[in-house]
Amino acid sequence: MRPISSEIIPKHNQIFKSCKIKIDVLQPGIMDLAKYPFLAEAGEYLRDKGFNLEQLGHPDWEPLVEKAYGRIVVASSGQVYGSDMERLENPDMEILSFIVAVILLKAAGIHTLTRRFSLAEARRAERYLQQDLWSNKDKKNLELPLKIIQELFAVQVAVENEEFVIKVGDYLQRAVHFHEKEWKLVNRRVTRGLVYLTAHETVRLIRTELGQYINAKIQSITLPSIPDTFKARVQDLVQLATKFSDAVVVSSDYPPCVKHAIEVLEKGENLPHSGRFLLATYLLARGQTTDQIAPLFKNAPDYNERVTRYQLEHISGASGKGTKYQCPSCDKLRSENLCFAIPDCDGIINPIQFGKKRKN
Amino acid sequence: MLEKDVILVENAIKEYYFNHFDLVNIPPKLTQREFGYQKINGGMIRHIAIRDSKDLHLLMMKETPSDVYCSNAYYSFPSMPMSEKDWKGADLIFDIDAKDLALSCRNDHSVFKCSSCHGTTLGKQSACPQCGSTKFEIVSVACKNCIGESKKEVKKLLKMLDQDLDIKNEETEVYFSGNEGFHIKAINNNYEMLGSQERSDLVDYLMFNGAMPETFGMKKQYNSKSTLPEMGEAGWKGRVATSLFGSKSKVPKVTRQIISDGYLAFQAKLDEVRQTMGVKVDPKVTMDIHRIFRLEGSMNSKSGLSKIQCKNLDDFDPFLDACLLGEEQVDIVANCPVVIKLKNKKYGPYANERDSVPKYAACVYDMQGIS
Ligand code: SF4
Ligand SMILES: [Zn+2]
Ligand SMILES: [Zn+2]
Repeated sequence: MRPISSEIIPKHNQIFKSCKIKIDVLQPGIMDLAKYPFLAEAGEYLRDKGFNLEQLGHPDWEPLVEKAYGRIVVASSGQVYGSDMERLENPDMEILSFIVAVILLKAAGIHTLTRRFSLAEARRAERYLQQDLWSNKDKKNLELPLKIIQELFAVQVAVENEEFVIKVGDYLQRAVHFHEKEWKLVNRRVTRGLVYLTAHETVRLIRTELGQYINAKIQSITLPSIPDTFKARVQDLVQLATKFSDAVVVSSDYPPCVKHAIEVLEKGENLPHSGRFLLATYLLARGQTTDQIAPLFKNAPDYNERVTRYQLEHISGASGKGTKYQCPSCDKLRSENLCFAIPDCDGIINPIQFGKKRKN
Repeated sequence: MLEKDVILVENAIKEYYFNHFDLVNIPPKLTQREFGYQKINGGMIRHIAIRDSKDLHLLMMKETPSDVYCSNAYYSFPSMPMSEKDWKGADLIFDIDAKDLALSCRNDHSVFKCSSCHGTTLGKQSACPQCGSTKFEIVSVACKNCIGESKKEVKKLLKMLDQDLDIKNEETEVYFSGNEGFHIKAINNNYEMLGSQERSDLVDYLMFNGAMPETFGMKKQYNSKSTLPEMGEAGWKGRVATSLFGSKSKVPKVTRQIISDGYLAFQAKLDEVRQTMGVKVDPKVTMDIHRIFRLEGSMNSKSGLSKIQCKNLDDFDPFLDACLLGEEQVDIVANCPVVIKLKNKKYGPYANERDSVPKYAACVYDMQGIS
């Protein structure tokens, strides 16, 4: 089996541009590969152990294909595939199921599915990274998590008195994509060109890139012909994708503020409450139903289906006192830093008016 | 500008570039920068690539531009249209201008210049006292206080760049803008790749915009458990502590007061800190990573002074050091109600009066449109 090739990276991505991809200095162990199966070493490890794709096509390996399929299904629903943090009992299966999942996705060829999978895998790896950083902050075993961050994203993380420090420039390039005030540089401890972070904040900062990294790796592999035993599941994936791809109609005539809010969610970043409120009220006013809108929020880091539905129904006036909430005004959104006005916004005071030809 | 004034000014500038080309800063990565220039009463010509300093000198002598500009950004193809230039990084630039400092002296040296009758009046007016026209320009002329206050901001900035951002003083260059303030240029490769959004957040840090009480230990609820910053801490925590407490001995008392005053009062305190300790830079300038800036060492045609490097900021006097046009006497008719001091000599006030003055002074009057 070909290991996932890591040479090909998307040119348009500035952050990738400057990063060296070779990770052979890491020498991760088998447990590390189970946590971070997207590392090139995972492919090498399997090849060294003599696994090949033909062999995985044997009916004996069916449980593996099922595990891989499950890994994608969980990801597509916006959840994180729960390998047991402590036990990772069968590391080979962890690595193999990731690789087979990638092959299934590749064969299905549906981008949104791959993106969701990449994001969910990034969140899974994020947990381990955070744990590895935190439990090793006494420096004993920090090398691997720090190297992963450094080699994959060209961010140097140092440790100082149980805190993690990165350069101001590296911090800003990532933190500006978050919209919460606490990520503003002025609300960080900054000294001598360095920003101080907790383990959690450090990995949070690179989540998006990790997702993009995994996504790019998947895009870059060329797929050999796949075993027949995989084919049924590939069909299922195509089927699965239709289920949610028509749920959300992202229309090009949405105003920039709404498009922005959708993008933030799609990237799995946290959209502040005011942004969610904008999205919900806007789409409801445009005639979408709560069923159509709810899936949009699935990638949010704090997604909870029940709460989301409850909130949407509340906003739509279907529950509670039955007051239907109106879409906030452009002024309000501007004050909340949610406005991304373009010339087409001229002369409107509420996003609802966007794109409607004004008479007189 | 009248034809005869244009000739005077153009000749003076030509002479300046002939005698003082050594003052023109040839920036690193010269060939990757975009240049632009303007001629008196002419439009802006942009997207020019320059091969070397000779090339630049030639352009200045041939075109006698009144103003020359150079990008802080470097590009693969500086002479292509903006979308095809291929941006590769940009120096970090800060603009400190006296007009943004809300100084009380401003009105004393603002000249109201009527666009209809060309009369001038001291101070800001809403309409021309001579003809009642509401079309006017405000010209702010030379003021020592403005320069002095701007220098203080520059020093605040340099200190913060060094201590907080690790941009050493050796990596920064301070330039008199040729007008009423300073441009600070930082050449440090940890920051050159930052985009607009990142630079905007960096500026907010320096200006102390958007600080949350929580960052400084103040809680919304249970604020008796608040842990305020300590004096001597690095960065904004230390500065906030200094501003809150004043001295170590006052810490216990002030702490009790702050906690009993609560969250909103603390927020108001932070806003005071912003006003007193935040650096007053123009965020739009730092954020713009595609702008062309007045080239260091070139003449500012709006003031008749040069944009010149200040090697020793304390001693720098723009009305002496940046006043570099020719010395020979020429006749002018000036119309300016404020005294202007150049090279330690006073000129004016003039009410449409003829006088014989050195060329550098004549150009100041012509270029500022008060002749
Ligand atoms: S102007 Fe209004 S519609 Fe346009 S982006 Fe801003 S908030 Fe949205
Ligand atoms: Zn008038
Ligand atoms: Zn002044």
